Amino acid sequence: MEQILANGLYLGAQYALIALGLTLIFSLMNVLNFAHGQMYVFGGFVTYTIVAQWGMPFIVGLIASAVMLAVMGALIEVFLFRPVIRKSKRDESTMLLAAGIAFFLDAVILLLFGEKQRGVPKIVNGVFNWDMRLIMPYDRILIGVLAIAIIAGFIALMQYSKTGRAMRALAQDRVAAQLMGVDVDRYSMIGFALGAMLAGLVGGLLVTITGVNLGMGGPTSVKAFMMIMIGGAGVISGAIAGGFILGMMESIGLTVLAVYGDITYLAIFASLMVFLAFRPQGLMGKPWG
Amino acid sequence: MNKQFLGLGAFLLAVFVLVPVLIAASGRWDLYYTLTSVALLAIGSAGVWLTFYIGRINIGQGAYALMGGYVSAVLMTQVGVSFWLTLPAAGLFCAMISVLIGLPILRLRGVYFAMITLVLTEVTRLSALALSVTNGAKGITSIPLPGALKIFGITIIPDFATMANPKLAFYLLAVTLMVLSYAALWRIVNSRLGHLCRSLQQNEELAASIGVNTAYLRVLAYAISSFFGGLSGAVFVAISQSIYPSSFAVTDSVNFMLYCFVGGLGFVAGPMLGTFLLYFGWDLLSVASEYQLLIYSSAMIALMLVLPNGVLSLFDKKGGQK
Repeated sequence: MEQILANGLYLGAQYALIALGLTLIFSLMNVLNFAHGQMYVFGGFVTYTIVAQWGMPFIVGLIASAVMLAVMGALIEVFLFRPVIRKSKRDESTMLLAAGIAFFLDAVILLLFGEKQRGVPKIVNGVFNWDMRLIMPYDRILIGVLAIAIIAGFIALMQYSKTGRAMRALAQDRVAAQLMGVDVDRYSMIGFALGAMLAGLVGGLLVTITGVNLGMGGPTSVKAFMMIMIGGAGVISGAIAGGFILGMMESIGLTVLAVYGDITYLAIFASLMVFLAFRPQGLMGKPWG
Repeated sequence: MNKQFLGLGAFLLAVFVLVPVLIAASGRWDLYYTLTSVALLAIGSAGVWLTFYIGRINIGQGAYALMGGYVSAVLMTQVGVSFWLTLPAAGLFCAMISVLIGLPILRLRGVYFAMITLVLTEVTRLSALALSVTNGAKGITSIPLPGALKIFGITIIPDFATMANPKLAFYLLAVTLMVLSYAALWRIVNSRLGHLCRSLQQNEELAASIGVNTAYLRVLAYAISSFFGGLSGAVFVAISQSIYPSSFAVTDSVNFMLYCFVGGLGFVAGPMLGTFLLYFGWDLLSVASEYQLLIYSSAMIALMLVLPNGVLSLFDKKGGQK
């Protein structure tokens, strides 16, 4: 039991980080970022290149991933999303753009890093063992703690800094925020960069444990969509809750349902449908946010 | 009006006569497979377009294509039903499932609906892997070619296995189905149902307040959409003679949606044109080998920057800014 809970917490912390970036971009721009999974994979590959190929310390790789993805996110927002949002008749047009960017990033990853599964050597050795009731490698604990620290840092940024306040205002009501003197263009860019940076950070964290490969992008996006549906799209607390709930459900499902074969995700989806029938906006979302 | 009929006639002539003649003349028999795929995918995107028409973003068409494919495959291999009967059966099965799934999820809107349909695609794939009737990851293979279609003893379509050129036959079958689907779609859009759908697209609460049965309408539109999805999946299975859980995955669902976007959401012919441009373009780009995806996605992004309302918006004279 302790083992299941610990696994769930560890998975949940990472999932929550992925969902946070996605939900931030969604709340600010009303864009469903299909490329989020690809950004995550890209971040993983950047860390891999710096740590495993150039032999630099892990923290350098992690920071490089974050910076690289933040720059990429800012450029994507300024040069792609902004003109399309201005010109298109329907909001959904941005989905085509996002999907195009997802394909583009897939192509870039394929050309730059190849299609092999990549990983970096363990950053900490040893296994934490509590009476055989709870066994967890130290590097997983470290990654889990780092993920939670990043989530805490992100919440603090959103709550207490001027940038965070501006972004929260923007998420609540774009026009009102603009009238109050918030530089909408600037904070949209910062928000997108921040969301992409979170995806890069998770990629950098996870490459040390599960590694990355080209095919991970799509499924990761699907999982992230599920999380923000559970929690409610566009709400930060919802993304965190959704991430931890999905992590827990996966951890419990993989243990309890293992005898019936590979049906964990089937069960999760079925319960999600029932849940959404009663609460379409998720746990904490605004109706039709 | 006359101009429209002329255009329609030219289109029918092109797909039924010109294309086979040109292919026979140039000897590019491989193009048949590409064009058949375009026609079938266009049927699927017609369905997606209809859900766009009621204001829902549908990224779950791959799920219904996969379901339809499996229904057709299972009926043919395990029950021994003729292919021609499995075709409507696959469509109706998908329509029924979509009513069951649609009742709860069609209450969702915007990205919520988009996301749950995307998840549905993934779940259908997982179900196909887990169930026993679908034979898991091994899939169903060596499905027989469509047999002869006879009505009152008169052979209307001969057995595909005895044909000298089944590629041409499949092409004609797919194109005929496509033309029929788009005729149905055009009819729906220009009927009372189409007007009601447009009212849903613009404002669901307002439509409901003046007495439009929104819950019934959106489930109906979704069911028709899924029928198209199942149909295209079933024919795909007949052509490839095999189906696997990965035959239609998340990428395919996303592609169905992209085809609609590229063609233009305001035009009945939009999804057809979009499918043709993207699928055919992708096929032509295969000469670029490893840069194929890079060029394709760059072209898509560029297209979006230049024509965010779809290719057909070029001809939209009334079109103004948002």
